[in-house]
Amino acid sequence: MTGSFATPAAGARAAASPAGVAVHMTDVSAGYDGAPAVEAASVDIPTGALVAVFGPNGGGKTTLLKLMAGLLEPWRGRVEILGGPPTGAARRAAYVPQAELVDWSFPVSVWDVAMMGRFPRLGPLRQPASVDRQAVGAALERVGMLAHARTQIGRLSGGQRRRAFLARAIAADPELYLLDEPVTGVDVPTQEDLMALLDEESQAGRTVIATTHDLAAASRHFTTVVGINRRIMAAGPVELLNDPEVLRQTYGGHLLMIGERGVLLDDAHHHDTASGPERHFHEGDIAP
Amino acid sequence: MSPLDAILEPLAYPFFVRALAAATIVGLVCAVVGSYMVLRGLAFMGDALSHAAFPGVVVAYLLQGPFYLGAAVAAVGTALAIGWVSRRGRLRGDTAIGVLFAGMFALGIFLFSRIPSYVGDLFGFLFGEVLGISDADLVALVGLAIVVLALVVVFWKELLYSTFDPMGAAAAGLPVGRLEYLFLALIALTIVVSLQAVGIILVVAMLITPAATGQLLASSFGRLVAIAVAIGVVSPAVGLYASYWLDAAAGATIVLVQTLVFGTVLIGRAIATGRGGQPAATPA
Repeated sequence: MTGSFATPAAGARAAASPAGVAVHMTDVSAGYDGAPAVEAASVDIPTGALVAVFGPNGGGKTTLLKLMAGLLEPWRGRVEILGGPPTGAARRAAYVPQAELVDWSFPVSVWDVAMMGRFPRLGPLRQPASVDRQAVGAALERVGMLAHARTQIGRLSGGQRRRAFLARAIAADPELYLLDEPVTGVDVPTQEDLMALLDEESQAGRTVIATTHDLAAASRHFTTVVGINRRIMAAGPVELLNDPEVLRQTYGGHLLMIGERGVLLDDAHHHDTASGPERHFHEGDIAP
Repeated sequence: MSPLDAILEPLAYPFFVRALAAATIVGLVCAVVGSYMVLRGLAFMGDALSHAAFPGVVVAYLLQGPFYLGAAVAAVGTALAIGWVSRRGRLRGDTAIGVLFAGMFALGIFLFSRIPSYVGDLFGFLFGEVLGISDADLVALVGLAIVVLALVVVFWKELLYSTFDPMGAAAAGLPVGRLEYLFLALIALTIVVSLQAVGIILVVAMLITPAATGQLLASSFGRLVAIAVAIGVVSPAVGLYASYWLDAAAGATIVLVQTLVFGTVLIGRAIATGRGGQPAATPA
């Protein structure tokens, strides 16, 4: 199944900005060391959409994001972002890696990290100027980290770390946000704050694509969803999450129905630790 | 003798003044480049490239060519070869480094042992002869140092971003692969600058020890570089005077001064933290 959005929600949002497609993938396959992680993926994401990419562990969520960020070459198929190949449009996109991949002992402050968002547009010869400091200050203000600007990043809480990295993305003034698990493992107030920010960005016509383990958060905060389990299993308005069939396909049958919405259970760990049907929307908090 | 005399007396010798100038420049360049190296986990690479420069030095000696050129070709060539081998997958970076650096060093020893009139100054190559630096050497050293520092000044932002978050930097459009090669070349050039002062074996200390001390103390990259540069610039003077008055090997004494500073900071921090005090890296 391939996905294409003609969704009322995304359409209405995109109408404020130039009509168009922010991400266009055609029949893309990719992986690592010969092992496929994404197969035959075709998806169009309209400009200004607020997209949650969901799916089981190892289902290709991060790979899909890396393809869009130009960090991974597709084996076949074509990826276009903002009307061109990912490498050509890189400076108009901001990518935030998963928190586990960051060296938190690195001697940089919150301010330094946010300022890095300005580096690519400056180029080698220009030094950060007042316009860059203003952009960094404004970004830190928006994520509520201005008071911690001088703090070394290792001294921050989990939620503050995500805020600092989102500030780097905002400071880059991108047209496309590519966020790997931006709200995983953070406290509820931080999750609400960051999602409100991403919603503002999408209202302003910028496209936001975030992977998530948290289906509850996805259904609450996002307008559109892409379900991936190696292949794109679903793509469309967030209401797709109400469709048990969509969840069953995406999570490969390891799905229990509880209440109105599906609750997934996607891997052996969950079955090992299963203790009855009262499980909640989660899957990623058990390490793969 | 008064303390002033103790400082002034060696300055009467031109070789001492040249050594002081050369070692200070070496300390400065090493501290700057070393600050990026410790954060990139490339300490081992520094050791490897200095050994890899050896065959270049020997060939330059045999051909009576400029020592710097031979060392630069061998070190930069090996740096690029290591980058190429490890980027092609299959071998881990440290494996590629180990194979190539031992091979290059062996080639240097082989060539050196074939020199007909065996001059026996291997010791000088291995441990440096900062007191033997000529005016011409000093000019070449200053020129190379300016090239290295200029490249760091131009690319400091890109190097910092790609060191901290290579994936984020690549996704933002920075040429992370080319920056890696550039940085390896910078390490190689820095080693060439340093070889005469401290020799093949001890270069790695000049690169790593001041930056490592900075890393113990600093909460920001700017402060790390500032501390490393302060140690890198002051320790050669202290070391050279100590070696003059103690009649000890100059390069080794400079390195020992740096090691002593590192050890003092390490222990001081351990004591401060053990008392329940905040470590010195507390942000302002």
